[in-house]
Amino acid sequence: MILKKSVAISETGFIFNPATGDSYTVNPIAAEILQLLKAAKSLAEIKQEILQQYDVDEKTLEEDLSDFSSHLQQLGLAEHEA
Amino acid sequence: MTMEKKRYERPVIQKLNSGLLNKFGSATEIKPLTEIDGVPVKRLVAEYGSPLFVFSERQIREKYAEVHKIFTTRYPKVKFGWSYKTNYLNAICNIFHQQGSWAEVVSGFEYEKALQNGVPGNKIIFNGPDKTAADLQKAMANNSLIHLDHMDEFYLLNELAAAGHKKPRVAIRVNMDTGVYPIWDRFGFNYENGQAWSAINKIMTSGNFTMVGLHCHIGTFMLAPSAYGIAADKLAALFVRIKNKFGHTLEYIDLGGGLPSPNNLKGAYLPGNDLVPPIEEFADTIANSLLNSDIAPNELPLLIMESGRLLIDEAGYLIGTVIANKRLSTGRRATILDFGVNSLFTSFWYNHKISPAQEVSNYKEDVELFGPLCMNIDVVRESVILPPLNTGDRVVAQNVGAYNVTQWMQFITMRPNVVLIDDQGKPHIIRRAESLDTLNQMEEMPAHLKTFKL
Repeated sequence: MILKKSVAISETGFIFNPATGDSYTVNPIAAEILQLLKAAKSLAEIKQEILQQYDVDEKTLEEDLSDFSSHLQQLGLAEHEA
Repeated sequence: MTMEKKRYERPVIQKLNSGLLNKFGSATEIKPLTEIDGVPVKRLVAEYGSPLFVFSERQIREKYAEVHKIFTTRYPKVKFGWSYKTNYLNAICNIFHQQGSWAEVVSGFEYEKALQNGVPGNKIIFNGPDKTAADLQKAMANNSLIHLDHMDEFYLLNELAAAGHKKPRVAIRVNMDTGVYPIWDRFGFNYENGQAWSAINKIMTSGNFTMVGLHCHIGTFMLAPSAYGIAADKLAALFVRIKNKFGHTLEYIDLGGGLPSPNNLKGAYLPGNDLVPPIEEFADTIANSLLNSDIAPNELPLLIMESGRLLIDEAGYLIGTVIANKRLSTGRRATILDFGVNSLFTSFWYNHKISPAQEVSNYKEDVELFGPLCMNIDVVRESVILPPLNTGDRVVAQNVGAYNVTQWMQFITMRPNVVLIDDQGKPHIIRRAESLDTLNQMEEMPAHLKTFKL
């Protein structure tokens, strides 16, 4: 999955999609994930990164990441890799 | 040295809506409720399981003292009758009896419960439309206060009294127009059309009764103090009319219950805290009506109040656990809790305040809260703003003290433990969780159904 190039992410967790004009807020962990996506990391890499930093088990994280990424697609902020 | 890992929270993204704003705005911070009366929620769940009802003895006693003071500083003679149907766990009832409440019951079983709790018969108020001949006999023998609901009950009690040569102490329930609609006219005798006066005449002239009071109960979750003033005016007028015609002075006027708690009624525009008038206003209008009535100052009746919800709602909590999170077809968040409408029956009419029971971040999302039942109706909150909750996190539903531990259903899951935290902060189980054995002990299996082959 890749984040659409035009999507702007501020350091404070403010997201702007110039294609639609919609703005979003995210919590710190979501901001971190978005930054990693922006840096072209894969979901598998992101998972490892989060597992190292946060107190969470792999199963929970996998479920949440999958839900989060499908939500990003639903919002039109991300798309499947071509 | 290993670095301590950061607390995990589900990643959340939320669209910012710039459109019509709620004129009240919303709180920017969600405060977790991590302990009840100093006892950590974590510890309560570890010891007594989840879901778990928790009552605070301190809060019950403080609320009672507060409301009692509000009434007794405005009117000289006041007595509270604990409304058993609101919460008839024996330990809860006994806190109210220790505080000085009589018992107010509406069925034979509740009547028996009050007796077994040690309430003297003459301090039990027997209300309701369903009193059997056996109930009435018992109430009569114990000198209880029998509040007649309909003429059939009058005739039945009249017969029993004549046969038993015992004069029951009675009042009638009066229904009336207090400016609040719908009028609760299914209980008692109507004031405006003369039914009530006619019933009073029958009672006074039958010779088989001692008429001791007048009762009304004008509604539930009443938000208009003025309605109580009108009710007190009308009962006071009947009081004086009885005095004038029969030379008989009644002992009490019972204005029933129906006083609101600060809960959030579904469909109400304002939250409970902003909607509910101060209880002082109710007490003011009631006291003013009675004191300014034509009742002679030396004959002022005892004022009985049967408040249930007002006195217990805030002292009750329901702790639960997040079973799962999911996303609905519309993209909305849904969280499944381990308690549903079977335990939290009042979620049918209240938007209960639900707080996380552990530290959370400031990020919030709109979520629908479901219970654990495999039934579509099992919705605890249609929409609530909560921080992202993880599976296994605890939540606490608040203001659940009234009507839940009486109207709860053993449906699909078992009724959970109920714990009381005493004045010293010590938890006690006051009702054990049900089990399969609890249910099975009431069932019988016919011999031909005992075995089968599959």
